Amino acid sequence: MTGYVIRRLLWGVLLLILVSALTFVLFRILPTADPARLRAGHSANPKVIAEIRANLGLNKPLLTQFWLYMKGLFLHFDLGYSYYSGASVKSLIFGRLPATLSLTIGSAIIWMAIGLPIGIFSALRRRSRTDRSAMGVALLFISAPEYWLGLIVLYLFAADIGQVKVFPGSGSYAGVTADPGKWLTSLILPWLVLAAGFAAVYARLMRGSLIETMGEDYIRTARAKGLPERRVVMHHGVRAAITPILTIFALDVGVLLGGAVLIETVFDIPGIGRLNYDAITHADFPIIQGTVLLAALFIIVANIAVDIAYAYLDPRVRYS
Amino acid sequence: MLGTRAGRSEIPGSPIGKDAARGDEEPLLRVEDLRVSYSTEDGLVQAVDGISYELARGHTLGIVGESGSGKTVAALSVLGLTRAEGATVSGQIAFAGHGDLLALPEPQLRAVRGNEIAMVFQDPLSSLHPMYRVGAQIVEAIRAHREITKSAARARAIELLDLVGIPEPSVRVDSYPHELSGGQRQRAMIAMALSGEPKLLIADEPTTALDVTVQAQILALLSRLQRERGMALVLVTHDLGVVAEMADEIAVMYAGRIVEHAPAERIFEVPEHPYTWGLLRSIPTLDGPREELLTPIPGSPPSPLALPPGCRFHPRCPYSEPEHARTDPTLAPVPGQPDHEVACLLDPDVRRRLWSELRAESTQRSAT
Repeated sequence: MTGYVIRRLLWGVLLLILVSALTFVLFRILPTADPARLRAGHSANPKVIAEIRANLGLNKPLLTQFWLYMKGLFLHFDLGYSYYSGASVKSLIFGRLPATLSLTIGSAIIWMAIGLPIGIFSALRRRSRTDRSAMGVALLFISAPEYWLGLIVLYLFAADIGQVKVFPGSGSYAGVTADPGKWLTSLILPWLVLAAGFAAVYARLMRGSLIETMGEDYIRTARAKGLPERRVVMHHGVRAAITPILTIFALDVGVLLGGAVLIETVFDIPGIGRLNYDAITHADFPIIQGTVLLAALFIIVANIAVDIAYAYLDPRVRYS
Repeated sequence: MLGTRAGRSEIPGSPIGKDAARGDEEPLLRVEDLRVSYSTEDGLVQAVDGISYELARGHTLGIVGESGSGKTVAALSVLGLTRAEGATVSGQIAFAGHGDLLALPEPQLRAVRGNEIAMVFQDPLSSLHPMYRVGAQIVEAIRAHREITKSAARARAIELLDLVGIPEPSVRVDSYPHELSGGQRQRAMIAMALSGEPKLLIADEPTTALDVTVQAQILALLSRLQRERGMALVLVTHDLGVVAEMADEIAVMYAGRIVEHAPAERIFEVPEHPYTWGLLRSIPTLDGPREELLTPIPGSPPSPLALPPGCRFHPRCPYSEPEHARTDPTLAPVPGQPDHEVACLLDPDVRRRLWSELRAESTQRSAT
């Protein structure tokens, strides 16, 4: 098991190096806008542009640039500096991380707390009216684009533009340490909107998985022992049915930690997704590169976590 | 009200009197006109269509039939397990002073299930929960019916594993099902079934999923446990060979009904139903010559969605007459043999003649 974990971690590092190289290729070699020109502003003369290019190291051979980039990245976590504001990308990302973490974790708790019970309930009352209507609503939320849903709830409930002024509107996010009360209230709408789609997906996943599990022979054995139906469902059915769902959950959280671009943009939450969105509009490559690498890191870590967790969740899985 | 004054006179381990089930004593289990149907997308499936039988304490009933004959559904219904799976069940199941199990509300039935009636299933690998240790699953069964501490239940689980012949039970108690061999898994299932000191053990094809060499061991184990604990045993199987050694009585099922029911030795010596003849003639024997051909029963069992009219066996019966497609035979005693019942439209004398011919033919074949 330890050997397996170490091997997985080494593979993760290798994968990260490959992703880093790929982002370098994507942003430096493919034809894009010239960063030096962007930096210099509208009416800059060629001399200034050349100077900036030299400062950014863009006049060096590509291989040298690549070497410097990789060295900085892996030895000093140096992600470079924003072309636009000149701030260090590392500090920008760390500054934005708490908002994304707050959004993702809060929303994940909500969607699991809503989606899983609905899924279990639907599975046990399969083809009943409750099941059909729950799954119908779920389909609606899966199909609804989250930015659209976000705009709708802002229109309905935001304190500034809403019909019923209940929750703080877009752009009201405050850090949890700065103002915990405002942090909580400002996140309620984004949490719910982000959770809605996921809760719907997880309700359907849980339903399908539990229906399959409840047909297994060991469920019949559990009933034959004389266990109460509640224990049969929770201890025997759900225990087995939830395992594949937890692995999908870890991957979803990993993806979201890389930035929920749409939600963060609609609600103007200063998170990684918003940082990324702004960087794209300014062709601010170091930031885009940084956020892409961060997203890759989260996904790789989530994958490794899933594989290791699986060995504990399902005793039949043992790595050697 | 049946079974309220169930006697305790049947001594565990005593030699089994073949006729005791028919005696004056209140039977342990009396199934009357049991019907089980499932509504499926293709229509109503009448899996069990009015079967009745009795079983005395400490006795063994073999229920034999092909897959789809309803034998498993009939067995599951005794524990009320088909009810949980959404079937419609009617009839009466009187058990050891509990009145009609089918009329019992779920909580009371649960107290019987796994406690006084236990069940062993066909495939021990899929019947044990893959994510819990064997010991934990036995402990759960023990604690479902008794208020005892976890450690006491664990000690009891180790005892039970030892009783069913699992080596190093104090180590094996912490194994997961996939870490045990097929035979050990089935032993663990049996240990779990014994956790409530059952008066009746229902074993549904307990050896079908096992290696041939292990099958005999499991049957011997069941036989020993039954003798030691005076349990009654319902042994459901498709294999007459399995019940030959163990059963006191045998009920042969076909298409949801019992077509022949008699003491075991009569089933093997003087079977009355052409379907039973077919089953007997398709068992290989060790002492017969190797070239001896087994005689399979032609055709396959009818779909429960489209049962043939009249005698349900008539499309496959070599002796059927046109009239048999119209008349539905009922299970009735053979003349002069009150404990041998058969559902066949052929004349008793004709049946006797046909069976002696078949018998002579097979002895002749083995002689050459």
